[in-house]
Amino acid sequence: MADRVGIVGIYQTKYEPRKVFDSYPELVFEACSRVLGETGLTIEDMDNIVTNSQDFWDGRTISNRTVSEACGSVLRSESKVAMDGSFAVFYAAMRILSGCYDSCLLVSHCKMSEGNPHLINHAMFDPLYQRILGFDELSTCALQARRYLGKYKVTEEQCARVSVKNLRNGKLNPHVHRAMEVNVDLVMRSAKLADPIKELDAYPVTDGACAMILATEEKAKEWCPNPVWLSGMASRLDSFYLGDRDLAETASLTLAAKKAYQMAGVSNPAKEIDLVELSEFYSYQELLWLEGMGFCRRGEAGKMLDKGITELEGEIPVNPSGGILSGVPVTVAGAVRVAEAALQLMGKAGKRQVEGPRRALAQGHCGPCGQGQCVIILERGV
Amino acid sequence: MARRSKRNVAIVATGQTDHRSKRPDVNIVEMINEAVRRCLADAHMTMDQIDAIVIGNMEHFEGIFFTEMWSVDGAGSLLKHGMKITTGGTTGSSLAQAGYYHVASGLFDTVMTIGWEKQSEGETTAGLIFQADPLWERATMSGAIGSFAGSATAYMHKYGITEEQAAKVAVKNRKNAMNNPHAHLKMDLTVEQVLSSKMLAYPIKILDMCPTSDGACAMIFASEQKAKKICTDPAWVIAAVTRHDQPFGGDLEMVMNLRTLRSAAEEAYRIAGIHEPFRDFDVAELYEPCTFAELSWYQAMGFCGPGEEGKLMDSGATQMGGELPVNPSGGVLSTNCIGATAMIRVAEAAIQVMGKGGKRQVPGVNRAIATGFGGSWWSDVMILSKTI
Repeated sequence: MADRVGIVGIYQTKYEPRKVFDSYPELVFEACSRVLGETGLTIEDMDNIVTNSQDFWDGRTISNRTVSEACGSVLRSESKVAMDGSFAVFYAAMRILSGCYDSCLLVSHCKMSEGNPHLINHAMFDPLYQRILGFDELSTCALQARRYLGKYKVTEEQCARVSVKNLRNGKLNPHVHRAMEVNVDLVMRSAKLADPIKELDAYPVTDGACAMILATEEKAKEWCPNPVWLSGMASRLDSFYLGDRDLAETASLTLAAKKAYQMAGVSNPAKEIDLVELSEFYSYQELLWLEGMGFCRRGEAGKMLDKGITELEGEIPVNPSGGILSGVPVTVAGAVRVAEAALQLMGKAGKRQVEGPRRALAQGHCGPCGQGQCVIILERGV
Repeated sequence: MARRSKRNVAIVATGQTDHRSKRPDVNIVEMINEAVRRCLADAHMTMDQIDAIVIGNMEHFEGIFFTEMWSVDGAGSLLKHGMKITTGGTTGSSLAQAGYYHVASGLFDTVMTIGWEKQSEGETTAGLIFQADPLWERATMSGAIGSFAGSATAYMHKYGITEEQAAKVAVKNRKNAMNNPHAHLKMDLTVEQVLSSKMLAYPIKILDMCPTSDGACAMIFASEQKAKKICTDPAWVIAAVTRHDQPFGGDLEMVMNLRTLRSAAEEAYRIAGIHEPFRDFDVAELYEPCTFAELSWYQAMGFCGPGEEGKLMDSGATQMGGELPVNPSGGVLSTNCIGATAMIRVAEAAIQVMGKGGKRQVPGVNRAIATGFGGSWWSDVMILSKTI
């Protein structure tokens, strides 16, 4: 990319299981006003806004209609990306790269507690051919987990170790709510949700919002002493029908990662990327996505974990934030991966700070079993 | 403040289904595919020459979540970059603007945008009512007709607009639709027929309102280098502007005195160097959800002074053959497949610039303007031109 887009400000609300005292607009207002305030800017400095939410989760047609005042889009330009938050970051960056705008305020929100996750996720399946099977996100991801574990001889204990690592990392992150010290045995003995996924292998119901400010290189340098640059961005969509894919493979993720690496000049991700924030709604996904993005060979991510490579102090820390398993809402999840990667590169990650990362990868996905994948490479400011 | 993109971007092809009130012969994915194939045929391109897909609809209208994932087979987005953008009635124009930004960013050279809705498979008014706040607004939310009725009454009173003048919009647009093979309602009406049609909510009669349609629209946006190879007369995107707002139930006057459209048009005119919109444009495709709206948009867009829009309609200047033909396609009054509706405005404006309008072609179009309306009184404006 000839032009660079920088992230100059980030604000995350506290993520909680049930934010009864905050409506959607209140969450969005908190995130937007605080990110502007903390960056020393006002809404007048923002010439474009991208919101990110889902009508189905909000139970509202045109979900961004509710947050116009809260995000400051009254008589301003705003658009809504109705996918995972990582795609919204991509679109916000694209709007700046177009040359039409100097800056973009991005805000993503979701209150999972106000809906029924089973019914909402059930609605993403074909009404005639799939809904009759009772599919939802959990049951189809369980199918994917079984296929992956079986094909590559990955064990449930290795998946449980992802939960142990991420829930422990989460204890260092003040925003998440389900951080805890557990061992493999506890994860294995937690309530079975859909074989092989157990309660501590799955993300919890969470409410919250995340906002960030993106800007052109010129504005980013003016507004922030250490902006983080987006050096590679790509997304790809896989087949919709589960039977059209081998669920142990990750065609869309692998292609998206390849394209993002090419843009960022990365030839060996395991050597050239210092930190990964990825979207593990279920513990098996952390292993599958790492393999899909070429951090190791197929079936070997579990071994990386066993060797401690992906621990906070390891060679390639994966989800030092505690990931989605520690409690981050769906949709917001991808934006939070980018936000956490950027905080690490800015050196603002507090107790979860990894030592001196220069390049990070953030990954988000949406649709059945990771159908749509988005990979973003971030670099520390120079 | 927005600027024109650094990289030149053009619309090089469009494809539409033949819009109907019901398409029981196809499912949604097949219907999308129809528009995609027609668009590729218009460009003499194949799917593997398209870098990315930007798609959208209103998910609550059909009751399907993650429609961009579900429709991969029909949209042709398999293993491509795909993005879904939804903003209510403006979805189609938000998608068109996203297509523009995608190419302008330099990350993609050819981008297909797809807007669609199959209203016969859902219940639109129920879907619309769900946009209202469940505590404060939903009990009195009555869908589109009720909102327009209240504002049209206030509008008539404030500016002395008559029901006859509004009826002329219905006559004009549905007659124009007779020249458009894709239009849903093609009717040779009289003002008297419109005035005596069934009253829905005063002063909106059934022939004053847009229909509910099944249909899809696709467009291809391309970089300058690609555009010149694909199309002899591409429609260059000169300006793209969006304005949002958040009115509440009692803000009736806002609808017909649309400050978002006024603001979006002013910004678009500044970017494009337009000083006298009525003279500077050769054709306009406006998102008129009801007859009264088209009249008030004339004023908001500066085609005439406040309250002069009735006279402008009476003068025939916005008819085919007039100084500034408005909605040669038949407009929203003739076709309304919601997620596609605002994109059809941009596509029809592009068709006019490219000279592909067939019987609905306005002669010698150099500059065209298209608008989108939706959300909570949101507006999108795009200006297209034959010259870079």
